[in-house]
Amino acid sequence: MHFKARAGAKLADVRLQSALKKLQGNFVKGRADRVAELDNFPDIRDAAAAIRDRALANLDVWLDTFEQNATARGTVVHWAETHDDVNRIVREIAAQHGVRKVIKSKSMVTEECALNDALESAGLEVVETDLGEYILQLAKEPPSHIVAPVVHKTRDEVSDLFAEKHHAPRLTDIPALCREAREKLRPHFLSADMGVSGANFIIAETGSTLIVTNEGNGRMVTTLPKVHVAITGIEKVVPTLEDVTTLLRLLPRHGTGQSITNYISVTTGPRRAGDLDGPEHFHVILVDAGRTKLIGGDLQEMLRCIRCGACMNHCPVYQSVGGHAYGWVYPGPMGAILTPTYIGLENARDLPNAATLCGQCSVACPVKIPLPDLLRKLRERQFEQGLKPWHEVAALRAWGWLARHPSLYGVMMRIQARALKAMANREGMIRSLPFGGGWTDRRDFPAPEGRTFRELYKARSKA
Amino acid sequence: MSARANILARIRTAQGRAITVRTEERDAVAQYIAAHPQGPRPQVDADIEARFRDRALSLATTMDEVKTVADIPAAVARYLREQNLAPAAVCWPEFAGLDWAAQGLKVEARAVRGDDLVGITGAFCAIAETGTLMMCSGPDTPPATSLLPETHIAVVARRRIVTGMEDGWTLLRRERDALPRAVNFISGPSRTADIEQTVTLGAHGPYRVHLLLLS
Repeated sequence: MHFKARAGAKLADVRLQSALKKLQGNFVKGRADRVAELDNFPDIRDAAAAIRDRALANLDVWLDTFEQNATARGTVVHWAETHDDVNRIVREIAAQHGVRKVIKSKSMVTEECALNDALESAGLEVVETDLGEYILQLAKEPPSHIVAPVVHKTRDEVSDLFAEKHHAPRLTDIPALCREAREKLRPHFLSADMGVSGANFIIAETGSTLIVTNEGNGRMVTTLPKVHVAITGIEKVVPTLEDVTTLLRLLPRHGTGQSITNYISVTTGPRRAGDLDGPEHFHVILVDAGRTKLIGGDLQEMLRCIRCGACMNHCPVYQSVGGHAYGWVYPGPMGAILTPTYIGLENARDLPNAATLCGQCSVACPVKIPLPDLLRKLRERQFEQGLKPWHEVAALRAWGWLARHPSLYGVMMRIQARALKAMANREGMIRSLPFGGGWTDRRDFPAPEGRTFRELYKARSKA
Repeated sequence: MSARANILARIRTAQGRAITVRTEERDAVAQYIAAHPQGPRPQVDADIEARFRDRALSLATTMDEVKTVADIPAAVARYLREQNLAPAAVCWPEFAGLDWAAQGLKVEARAVRGDDLVGITGAFCAIAETGTLMMCSGPDTPPATSLLPETHIAVVARRRIVTGMEDGWTLLRRERDALPRAVNFISGPSRTADIEQTVTLGAHGPYRVHLLLLS
C-alpha cells in the first residue's frame, strides 16, 4: 500500500488525530521556548552543521580514528554492510557469550534491521525497555515517531493494552501506568545477559559511544548486563568531546523541547579493573546499510541528521497523518528522503511527494539540512527513472505539448475559463468540480471571472 | 574484502578520493583532535552557583546545604524524614566513615542492588548552564548507585560547579589521563513523556534527586 492510500485511512482515524494534536503543542512550542534560551542560537546552529560536515568530508578517516581509540580501550568494533549483517553479528556475539535474554534501549537502526525478529527466531528473549517501545512491543506495532514512538496511541489504548497483557487491573492514571511498566521491567534489567543500545553519537577522539535518554533505561542497558552491544550508523561519528557538546546544546531542544535530557551517557570500553558495575564485554557495530549511497552525491547533506525529529514535528503532512503512513522506519521529511535511499526509490514511490515543500522542516532543522531541496532532487530522480505515475506523466506531457502551441493554448484556456465561470454559484464559487473532488469535498473552489489573462492584457494594451 | 574495507572504499570512491588514505588527511584529523576547539557558547550569568541552583530546581531536583562533610548524615536524615522514606541507604566508599548511626541511619558502602531504595553519591563536578551533575565511573564511584534506587542523594562541592559542559571536559582532561568507562550527565529525576507527551517523574531511574551543596 502506498503513502496516498495509507494517508487517507490515517486522516479518518479520530483517535490518531486527537493523539497527533498533542505533539504540536509540546514539541513545537517546547523547541521554540528552549531555543530562545540561547542568545547565540544561529552561531551554535552554524557550528553544528559545520561539525557534521567536517565529519562527513573525511568520514573514513574519522571512523578509522574512532575504531583505533575504541579498540585501545577494549571495545570490539564490527562493521556491517547490510541489515542482515547486523543481525548476524549480534546473533554471533550472543552465541559467543551464551546470552539468553536481551534488553534493548531505543534504537532506530535496530528497527531498520528488524533485529528483534532476528534474535527471537534465534531463540533469544528480547525485551524493549523504553516505555514507548515496550508499549509497541506488547501491541506488536512499529514506532510512528523517531523520538516519541508511541505518539499515535492514547492513554486509553495503553490502559487497555497493559490490562490485557499484564493480566492486571486496568489503570488509567499516567503515573500509575508508568509505575506498572517500571515494576514489570525492573526484573528484566537485573536478569538480562546482553544490553543492546543505539548511539546518538560516537566520538572519534575517545572511541566512546554516547546516548541521550530520559527514562534511565539506556543507562541500565549499558551498565547492568555482562555484554553491551551498541549499534549505530557510520554517519554518527563526531570528532571531539567539544564538538559533541555543541551538538548536545541542540539535540534535546529540538527533540523534546528540553534544555538537556535527563541523562547523557558517554561509554568508553568495558568494565575496568576494580569496577563494581559495567559490562565485561563491549561491542560496537558500525552500520552502512545504504548510508554510503548518500555519500558524495547531491543528497550527502542528509547524513548531517542527528535524529531529533524536529522536521516531522513541524511538518503539516506528518501532523495530519502521523508516522505509520510513511510505511517504513523513518517518517516525516527526513524519512521521505532516507526511505527511498535505503530501500530503493521504486519501493517508496510517493514518499518524495509526501511533502508540501513549505520549508518548515528546514527552518526547524538544527543542522540546517535543506530538506525541501533534497526532496526536489529525489522528485527529479523519480522522473528520470520513469517512476512517476502514468497519469501524472501523461497530464504533464499533454500540458507541455499544448504550451508549445500558443494559439491553441489560448483557445483551450478561454474555453476552460468560461466553463468554470458557468459552473460557479452566485458567490463566484464552485461547490463541486469534476476530477477535483480532493479540493471541493472540503472547500469551495473560486471560479475565474470569465476572461483569461491574455485576453485582458490584449484588451488593455489597445486602450 | 572485509566489510570494513568495502565500506571505507565506498566512502572514498564516492567522494572522489584515492583508496589509500593520504598522510595529510591523517595529520589534519590528528591536529583537529589535539586542538579540540570549543564551539560558540551561550551566555551564562557570572554567578554560576545561582544559575546552577536555578536550573537544577527547574528540573525537579531538590537542594540543601551542608557546611562540612560531617554534616552530611544529619542532612540526609532530615531529607528522608521529610519525604517519609526509610532510614536506610547505600553509599559510595568516600562516605563510609561518616557517623550515620548517630542519625539513626543504616548506610552501607557496597554495590547497589535492585531493591535498595536510597543511593548516596558524590559527583565529579556540576554544570551551571543546565543544572547538571557530571559523574565519572570508577571502583569507588559506581554509576549504578545513582541509577537503581528510587531516591538519589548527591553531595556536590560548591567549588566544583563549572559553567558549561566544556569546562567539565577540561577538568576531566586536567585531572585524569583518559575517560573513565562511563561519564553520566544527570539532570534531575528520571522521567518519561511517552504516554500522551505528559511528563511523569520516575521512569526507570530515580523518582527523586536531592543535592547537598557542600561549602
